[in-house]
Amino acid sequence: MSGKIFYAAAGMGRKVRAKALVASDGFSARYDLDRVRGVFSRPEHKLAGQTYHGRVLVLDAAKGGVATAWMLHEMRARGVMPVALVLNRVNPIMVQGAALADFTMISGFDCDITKAIADGAEVEVDPSGEPPFIRLV
Amino acid sequence: MKLSDEEQAMRRGEFGPLRQWAIEHQIKVGNYLGAADFVPVTQAHIMADTESLGRAGVEWLESWTRLPREARQVRIPTITDPRGTDFAQAQKLKQQSWMLDLERRAIAAFEAFGVLMTDTCINYQTIMPPVRGEHVAYGDTGVVIYSNSVCGARSNFEGGPSALSAGLTGRTPRYGYHLDGQRRATLVVELSAKPCELSDWGALGGIVGRLAGDYSQVPALVGVEHVPGPDELKHFGAAMASFGSVALFHIAGVTPEAMQFADLLSQGSTLPRRAIGEADFRAFQARYARDIGAVDLVVFSAPQLSLMEMRTLAGLLDGRSAEIPLFAVTSPQVKPDCDRLGLTARIEAAGGTVLSGMCFYQSYAREMAEANGWHRLATNSAKLVNIIGGYGYRPVLLSMEQCIEAACAGGKLAARTQS
Repeated sequence: MSGKIFYAAAGMGRKVRAKALVASDGFSARYDLDRVRGVFSRPEHKLAGQTYHGRVLVLDAAKGGVATAWMLHEMRARGVMPVALVLNRVNPIMVQGAALADFTMISGFDCDITKAIADGAEVEVDPSGEPPFIRLV
Repeated sequence: MKLSDEEQAMRRGEFGPLRQWAIEHQIKVGNYLGAADFVPVTQAHIMADTESLGRAGVEWLESWTRLPREARQVRIPTITDPRGTDFAQAQKLKQQSWMLDLERRAIAAFEAFGVLMTDTCINYQTIMPPVRGEHVAYGDTGVVIYSNSVCGARSNFEGGPSALSAGLTGRTPRYGYHLDGQRRATLVVELSAKPCELSDWGALGGIVGRLAGDYSQVPALVGVEHVPGPDELKHFGAAMASFGSVALFHIAGVTPEAMQFADLLSQGSTLPRRAIGEADFRAFQARYARDIGAVDLVVFSAPQLSLMEMRTLAGLLDGRSAEIPLFAVTSPQVKPDCDRLGLTARIEAAGGTVLSGMCFYQSYAREMAEANGWHRLATNSAKLVNIIGGYGYRPVLLSMEQCIEAACAGGKLAARTQS
């Protein structure tokens, strides 16, 4: 499976490489995270209790409110953040937040990306690729 | 994106570095989301509490305030979502001085941009409701979904940086709900139950939001027996946006773009259909009541309460006494009327506290919980129960009346609310 590439519809930010943290669940910085401790804190979230710092988050869809647009910037400033977001579906807030924070994000696949990438897999995300992609390494 | 002469001039920096940053930000967002060009907007609404901004966000805002006045003023009426405190009640909430200092700095920065500090998430009830077809750039998902669906206005979810950008440039990228083709129903929801309380409308919004599941989905409800009022639609929409990231719904025969059921459908299309009944409501509510026999506080917030909700609350509290903290959160526009009409005094006589210009979950909820020993929370807001778990609370969704019963029983929940 190493080297397998999954192409995305859109991307922004820089090329990164890290271990994936994967779940078939949504993402909202406000609803789901304890941003001080750097863990998923919403008890119902499939990643509850897990650390996201330094990981490529591979999740289903952007959820929730508008706060994430500021929070990604704040998380970057404190240095406790995922290195990239890989989502099946985005909402505008996630895009706006990534744009402000200069954060790596790609989205829109022709498969369910949360099923295609194994939790803990080493991945490379290249949003500048044409098209953008995530690759197992 | 195709840019006008003025937009190109902004991009070159001819209107100053702040507007240059703003339009670059908007182009980046527009390119990602497939916008062909910009659309002029008439109003912007900024969500920017300091729990979200953090110190880094406040410092970023302040860095622009050193520009000459003409280079930092918004071009269109630009207002704000709730702040992270009610300064008059901060001590009671045990908020810390650093939080208030940060709030003051953020307020000063926004004022330097010419932003009106309205501090409300119910501007569609209190400030200037948009009209059908009006393009706006609103923050707060509850504001967007109500304005799109009930008013027929056109907005995407505009997070703080993008709403500020729209205020500065007077435009926003034309994608999503600014486009006719995106506003058609994608899912028909057949309702066989009858929501009564505001918490039922919130639960219905939560259920539909979960069914819809993402921003591109536009649910259309059929089977709604009576025309819902503004507060019912407020709770319905806010919960749907919160649970599903949904920005537009239709109700056949009620909302302006769905006066005829046929209006909801693209020509020749067949939409998926889902049914929602009484059992779905009970299952939704039960999910938030498991193993909770008592609560530590009662919160009415998210969205801020209208004057009519404050009137109902005051009536239910008359002659009663809350034995645990009970907070009613409203807007700075509604609060003076509550004071003038005696509603604040009636709520406070029963032991409640009226908070103005903030929202409970946007106000350092985790730190308030730790400082006050709060853990279990009762509310009639489905939106709040969806959010507040992430801040370490265990929420339970009850009607307003049941919340008051709990508050007056020292937090103990009646047996019928535990299941």
